[in-house]
Amino acid sequence: MAAGSPPVPSGKTAIPFYRDTRVIAIIAQVVFALAVIALIWFLYSNMINGLRQANLLPTFSFLSVPAGFPIAESVIEYDPSMTYGRAFVVGILNTVRVAGIGIILATLLGLILGIARLSDNWLLRNVALVYVEIVRNVPLLLQLIFWFSLTRLFPRIQESISVFDLIFLHNRGITLAWPQAANDFEAWMQWVYGGIVIGVIFYVVRRIQFARRDRPGVALPYAFLIAFGVGLIGFFVTYAVNGVWPVSLSIPELQRFNFVGGITVTNSFAAMLVGLVIYTAVFIGEIVRSGILAVSKGQREAARALGLTPGQTMRLVILPQALRVIIPPLTSQYLNLTKNSSLAIAIAYPDLFYIANTINNQTGQAVPVILMLMASYLSVSLLTSLFMNWYNRRIQLVER
Amino acid sequence: MATEVSRPTSRRAPRQQIGLIEWLRKNLFSTWYNVIITVVLLYIVAQTVISFVSWVVTAPGWPAAFTNIKLLLTWTYPVDQLWRPQAAMALVLLLLGLSSGLWGGIARMVAWGAAAISVVIGLAAFTFPDLPDQTSLPGWLFMFLCAVLLAGGDLLARRLGQKLRWPLIVAWLLSYPAVILILRGGLGLPVVETKLWGGLMLTLILAISGIVLSFPLGVLLALGRRSSLPVIRTFCVLYIELIRGVPLVTVLFMGALLLPLFLPGGESIDALVRATIAVTLFSAAYLAENVRGGLQAIPKGQVEAARALGLNVFQTTLLITLPQALRAVVPVLVGQFIALFKDTSLVVIIGLVDLLGAAQNIVGQPQWLGTPGGVWRETFLVIAAIYWVFSFTMSRISKRIEDQIARSRH
Repeated sequence: MAAGSPPVPSGKTAIPFYRDTRVIAIIAQVVFALAVIALIWFLYSNMINGLRQANLLPTFSFLSVPAGFPIAESVIEYDPSMTYGRAFVVGILNTVRVAGIGIILATLLGLILGIARLSDNWLLRNVALVYVEIVRNVPLLLQLIFWFSLTRLFPRIQESISVFDLIFLHNRGITLAWPQAANDFEAWMQWVYGGIVIGVIFYVVRRIQFARRDRPGVALPYAFLIAFGVGLIGFFVTYAVNGVWPVSLSIPELQRFNFVGGITVTNSFAAMLVGLVIYTAVFIGEIVRSGILAVSKGQREAARALGLTPGQTMRLVILPQALRVIIPPLTSQYLNLTKNSSLAIAIAYPDLFYIANTINNQTGQAVPVILMLMASYLSVSLLTSLFMNWYNRRIQLVER
Repeated sequence: MATEVSRPTSRRAPRQQIGLIEWLRKNLFSTWYNVIITVVLLYIVAQTVISFVSWVVTAPGWPAAFTNIKLLLTWTYPVDQLWRPQAAMALVLLLLGLSSGLWGGIARMVAWGAAAISVVIGLAAFTFPDLPDQTSLPGWLFMFLCAVLLAGGDLLARRLGQKLRWPLIVAWLLSYPAVILILRGGLGLPVVETKLWGGLMLTLILAISGIVLSFPLGVLLALGRRSSLPVIRTFCVLYIELIRGVPLVTVLFMGALLLPLFLPGGESIDALVRATIAVTLFSAAYLAENVRGGLQAIPKGQVEAARALGLNVFQTTLLITLPQALRAVVPVLVGQFIALFKDTSLVVIIGLVDLLGAAQNIVGQPQWLGTPGGVWRETFLVIAAIYWVFSFTMSRISKRIEDQIARSRH
């Protein structure tokens, strides 16, 4: 080697490892992970120590122990001799019940509100505005307690407030007229099944035809129409054959101490439903309104210029585009409604949170109960957003 | 030279004059279905307004809310110490007034909103009963003083100008601990246990703590979620989605039940602190998502330009992206604050007495048992009005800020 030649910097020493961003990134992540694990371990060991002293080590064995507390309303059969596990399931179903019905009603009311806010009728527009501004600026919990307190003013069952003799309000709940299966229900159901089968076949055949012709087309609404039509024809045919409608409206009748017929929901459930629907509908209404406003004016004008009727413009041009804007925030409103149903504890509707709280009070098993509670809410949230994402994708596909 | 180019004289657009009849026809009776809607709605609105007004005039329960206004505002906070919540509020409002004069913009909108609320409450406060102990100012006087502080701070700051900048920033940073110190006591002041706190005061403390304390955590989570390091990103995503997937009640419940277990030796934690921690952890997840929205809206060129200028990752984040992102999400954050302000009513469920809890307690007081139908309607209406005034003012402010930001973009 020639003396005096500069030392060739080797690749290894060019960047010291502590200045190499790739190395730093790995070190940072390891340190972070260790810190998180250490924190969790610290909290966990404290908790276990504390619980061991209190002789309350977390276990799920309480799930098979009889619960011993009554639940005011349940979708499935339940009595206090059944287990805590069963009680928990009752809670989940009650949450799903109020959230499911609430979502449907809130969507309908929200749609009406959103359209009313855009109405060319000054009075309608402003009544809707006042409703929105009042409801959304007052806490939901206060509204729920208000509705529940209102039901406490309902009279005794013998002096029920009657609405058109179809709905009765009394201090034990609200009794409504409700459809009821009659003798020929089975015969009619054959028609309904038949209708569904024909609808599905129609849909599949049309889809294959579209694919073969390589052309888009509309099949699903017609499939629904066919299934519905067959069911409707069946309804009348059953009546014509037997002289009895397959489904009758069971109208509640006041006996001495109780209503016979119809269905009765508790006041807690009614207050919960009314409160959730009125509150959530406001937010849905605003989403619908902004969704419709988001479709540019040119779209409407172009549709009208092409000769579409106002109805067709709305159905074929405005709504499909508005839906794309509407669906994502709508999903989060549905999730909000479901989560807000946990406020039921304030008005004694036995939802998931209410029952979990009771179980915790009785067994002292806070940790398992909270885990189950969280897991349940997370899976309900996850299922709802999975479904809405699927629907969202379906709608987005329309775009070309 | 033909300089006399006929310049089009700018003329106003012809004024559209429509008479009352024309307006009615256009806005209420344009089509047959609009006629039906108008008539039906007019009937319903008239009925509602008439029955509501006649109820308000004849309702027997108003004294329940107005004789208990102290309970609604501060719950069982000692009467002879009431000057302390007043002092804390005066301090914050003075700072707000100064900021309004110094920075204008958003601070000024908030200050005006606060001043408007102060005047309204001050006028309403003439009907409030006097407190037995007179160590604190009467309600109406205090509220007017608040408005004066806001306006005075504004004027003062305009005169002093930029040399107020750093003292004011420091004062803001110290204001949160200062307020807690004034309310809680210590350092010579007699201590007021937090279990005596309540009412609107507690509602405001929880909502403000929720936003202020969750701010650092939320920003870190937002940055973490956008980080390129998979471990950190995964952790942030898990945290955010876990919290957003469950209701606030369950988080509060967890705070109430599990927090005492997590600490060594079974130390007891103050119930208010537990609720504050729960609200903070909850709010941080939502704040993170809002900030992330702001971060995503920043064009990539900003980061690239910063890196090209030789700024490192931290400098880029702190000096370039974060300030822009935060400015863009201010309206959303106000919205989150409104939501939090309403949601803090949930602490009733874990046994704290906030505005709603105080109202529920008043409704249950034995002296109202004789009132037919109870006093709950009147009491709840009063607190609904309090909630409403706050939320509505804040939502207007948020709207104004949004408009201003939208204008400055164009």
